[in-house]
Amino acid sequence: MDAQTAVKPRVAVHKFSSCDGCQLALLNLGEDLLALAARVELVHFAEAGPLDPDTEVDIAFVEGSVSTPEDLERIQQVRRHSRMLIAIGACATSGGIQALRNGADGAEWVARIYSHPEAISSLAHSTPIASHVKVDFELWGCPVSGPQMLAVVNALLLGVTPRANADKVCTECKRQGYPCVMVSRGVACMGPVTRAGCGALCPGLGRDCYGCYGPAENANTDALATQFDHLGLEPQAIVHRFQSINSQAPVFLAAADKARMGCDE
Amino acid sequence: MLTQPDPAGFLPHARLRSLIAALRDRGYRCLGPAAENGAIVMRELDAEEDLPRGLQAEQGPGHYRLTQDPYHRYFAWANGPQAIKPLAFAPQESVWQVRRDAAGALQFEATPPAVQALAIIGVRACDLAALALQDAHFLRAGRVDAHYAARRERLFLVAVQCAEPAATCFCASTGDGPTPAAGYDLALAELSDGFVAAAGSDAGRAVLAALDLAPATTQQIEAVRQQGVAAAAAQTRRLPGRNLRDALMGRLEHPRWDAVAARCLACGNCTAVCPTCFCHAEMDVPALDGESSRHQRMWDSCFGESHGHLHGFNVRPDIRSRYRQWLTHKLATWHDQFGRSGCTGCGRCIAWCPVGIDLTEEAAAITEGAQP
Repeated sequence: MDAQTAVKPRVAVHKFSSCDGCQLALLNLGEDLLALAARVELVHFAEAGPLDPDTEVDIAFVEGSVSTPEDLERIQQVRRHSRMLIAIGACATSGGIQALRNGADGAEWVARIYSHPEAISSLAHSTPIASHVKVDFELWGCPVSGPQMLAVVNALLLGVTPRANADKVCTECKRQGYPCVMVSRGVACMGPVTRAGCGALCPGLGRDCYGCYGPAENANTDALATQFDHLGLEPQAIVHRFQSINSQAPVFLAAADKARMGCDE
Repeated sequence: MLTQPDPAGFLPHARLRSLIAALRDRGYRCLGPAAENGAIVMRELDAEEDLPRGLQAEQGPGHYRLTQDPYHRYFAWANGPQAIKPLAFAPQESVWQVRRDAAGALQFEATPPAVQALAIIGVRACDLAALALQDAHFLRAGRVDAHYAARRERLFLVAVQCAEPAATCFCASTGDGPTPAAGYDLALAELSDGFVAAAGSDAGRAVLAALDLAPATTQQIEAVRQQGVAAAAAQTRRLPGRNLRDALMGRLEHPRWDAVAARCLACGNCTAVCPTCFCHAEMDVPALDGESSRHQRMWDSCFGESHGHLHGFNVRPDIRSRYRQWLTHKLATWHDQFGRSGCTGCGRCIAWCPVGIDLTEEAAAITEGAQP
């Protein structure tokens, strides 16, 4: 495709229940964002300026989870107007940190926290975009990284399927030459069950991965939980390792449930 | 190192700095051990003061801790997670790129690495044996890897005899250590007051000549020999044999594969720290302007999903098949490919496995009762 003369694909960035961090990953690209803007037409991206939520687009990036009655309706609308729908970030792919309420009494939390709970309109559960509409590609991470976003857009512009890397964080960690923090410092690192994409940011700073990119393929959470136990973690601490940013990702949810059985013993 | 025809010299501790200076004078960038994130890693070395003194590496399955060496030696740590491998076989690099020229035609060009002469101080016998295997793979006649070759050619290797093997070491059983026998430019053996030094190449001889060392005494040479014998005897792990090919290939359905798969995280750490693992993945990284693309390669692992991906299906979808691939390639089919096992007994896969899976224990359990 000749980038100069071809009709530019129309792109929208939609926000649902989220912190905006994934949109910021896109905004923080700097010069790369300008290069991208030359190849696509950014028709809706509230955080960056353009506003046209109901227009037809080729690619819609969706940040955030479905967490309110309004989200529920709007996601259907976004899907109807979008040829490709890409869910970006932990909220959009697993329900996000706000999905911690799924296992609790959310209404009771609201009553305890807000002086006017009646002003809060939220669903009992926070759910990923794919629970509501067909999602063409998922980009995991909290937040997603800019280069990841660019790689996806680039692949779509070239007419190929974006590359999904479901390998463990360890693969990136070892390529960077970081010594394994679980081995050298005995800390409970989530890297061996977590999806790559961050470039092993946390182990690179000498700390443990906390699983913000969600479950990797073939994540052996049983074996990791057993090792956490050997490292001296209490069952409740093991539950917390899996119940974090991606608590509702099925693999982490099951791991937490299993670890919770240890708490009851 | 003592079987070389060259006479060995003696480098007193106080003159270690002159070795580093001699290498730098010859234009080598020097890398040596440094303590980082609780492990021995290879880092830029400007002077002898930069070398950590008095450190040991306590290792066990899934366990690595730096401890104090009561004798305050320079090289009492057995090894760290990496040594030579990333310096010859880059973890991530571009191998070629393609651009669209003004006429719209594609122009392919090689992207040779910028290579500087590099001296690595403190490599072990197991690392040298592993490098010979990497050479056999990357420098095979008629199929030389240009990137590997460029880096390899400019390496100057200062080996150090292991006097303090870790509990994970088993190089004596694979026949690759603990005393360096070949593949080095210079070999050192640390005694209480200095190093017995021997050259193994012309480049090493030139450096040694520049140092103008007194010859090592018969007693010093005997002390080094005894130190090597003691270090071999101190190793507590071993492989059940040097050629486990038939024993392993005859047990592809052994129940132990299921047991180890239940413990294995399939994180690939063992393959990343293994000094002989050479698998890599290649992919294209198109530039954002749509006018160029880089062909990139990076370390890959048989524990990853894409490694077993063929068109339309995956030949190794589960952890059992991936662990079996790793162990049977390393210890069995490597013999067909390279005429020996792919394991040099460094023990890194044992120490750096986050859950402490022990290759020697697994190999013994699976081959138990097999005819040697």
